[in-house]
Amino acid sequence: MKDKDIINVRKRQGEKEKYVRPLLKGLAHTMKKFWSKPKTIQYPDQKREVSQRWRGLHELTRNEEGELKCVACGLCASICPARCIDVTPYEEEGGIRYPKEFEIDESRCIFCGFCQEACPKEAIKLTRIYDFVNFSRDECRFDIEKLSDSKKHRFKQKKGKYEHLLG
Amino acid sequence: MSVFLMGLAVKTILVVSVCMLIVAYLTLAERKLMGYVQLRHGPNRVGYWGILQPIADGIKAFMKEEVIPANADKKVFIIAPIVSIAAPMLLLAVIPFGDTVTLFGREYTLYLSNPDIGILFVLGISTLGSYGNMLGGWSSGNKYGYIGGVRSTAMMISYELSMAFAVICVVLVSGSLSLVEIVHSQAGVWNIFKAPVALLIFIISGLAELNRTPFDMPEAEAELCTGYNVEYSSMKFALFFFGEYTHLFIFGCLVTTLFLGGWHGPLLPGVIWFFLKTFAVIFFCIWQRATFPRLRWDFVMKLEWKFLLPLAIVNVLVTGFVMAVV
Repeated sequence: MKDKDIINVRKRQGEKEKYVRPLLKGLAHTMKKFWSKPKTIQYPDQKREVSQRWRGLHELTRNEEGELKCVACGLCASICPARCIDVTPYEEEGGIRYPKEFEIDESRCIFCGFCQEACPKEAIKLTRIYDFVNFSRDECRFDIEKLSDSKKHRFKQKKGKYEHLLG
Repeated sequence: MSVFLMGLAVKTILVVSVCMLIVAYLTLAERKLMGYVQLRHGPNRVGYWGILQPIADGIKAFMKEEVIPANADKKVFIIAPIVSIAAPMLLLAVIPFGDTVTLFGREYTLYLSNPDIGILFVLGISTLGSYGNMLGGWSSGNKYGYIGGVRSTAMMISYELSMAFAVICVVLVSGSLSLVEIVHSQAGVWNIFKAPVALLIFIISGLAELNRTPFDMPEAEAELCTGYNVEYSSMKFALFFFGEYTHLFIFGCLVTTLFLGGWHGPLLPGVIWFFLKTFAVIFFCIWQRATFPRLRWDFVMKLEWKFLLPLAIVNVLVTGFVMAVV
């Protein structure tokens, strides 16, 4: 055990009397911080990089031909603990199954990611989008069309005509 | 005569408006500097770099509802913020911003008035500012406000003493009570070199009188939820706030005048030197606010009565002795 490992709870009398040096040290510290860069992320302008494994807004993936990979097996709907996925399957005569309707209620979703784990076709996945906003509950029900292009739901600050002048 | 009066009126309007503008922007400066110290940006949404923030604050303060508590002493409640802004604004009259300038063949002095007892006037009026806090806290009929007012009074009684002793030291060195004469006497050597201890005492007790952070007892946010102004709202609150920042500006001016040689300085014109020094002092006040935590109430009193006041008295005696011998 070295001297520096010992934590002195009570200081020696001589150290108690030191007033000026700690004050100057504090001033020097704040001055140093004054010149360093702010750590703030200016939210609507800058967005925080989230983890690769972040679970955000859902997306329905498509194959090379641009068709939905989803076969409407309903595994995601059945595993969903929040019961926010509604799948209506449709089967063509040739035997190709695809979802007629696929709806996720994002206001009920708990973003557990079970749906993407359960999916055998990697058809549904959770993107890293965390800042989608809606004005009503109905708008939170994302259908196939909204889910296939989830990037455009990112929040963007709309600036007024003269707002750029104000910064 | 009328030309003289006209000049005086123009000068008064100029001094008051420019200084009030500076004071309004001190609020922004304080928030910005504190922000940068704490690795934030500070206000930056209203206008480029937050440059319109003081105006937005003012508009907001005007829009707010004005509340007068039921058990408040109504008259005193209304007078208190007026006192607290009027006292520091009165002091603008005696601050020497610069030497004489010649405009259109006439000489103009860059100060509104030069009373022979300028520094006594400053000490007296700046104490009145604390009356605003005291009356405001007392009249609002609120226990936190009351405690804030009591603390404000105690601060006024104690720190005023050491401040006066520091000023006496300056008066001894300069040989005059007039602020302009004090600045003139510093043409060669600034008073900071002649009376460094007095500067230290003046700054510490000045911070106490300004109710700034290491000594912001009357408005200790954590203990008294902003103390004396807890019941104030809308423009009355803003007046208190404004009064405090005006006092800060005046304090900067006073330190510059008494210790940092006023308008004296090489190359640049006097007024610019004056404002540079003033802003340096104000920067120090904000900087130390961002650094030091609030002292406990009994330590504040201990610091004054057991350390600062004896030091100030000894300082005056030593200065007087040295002046007599040399």
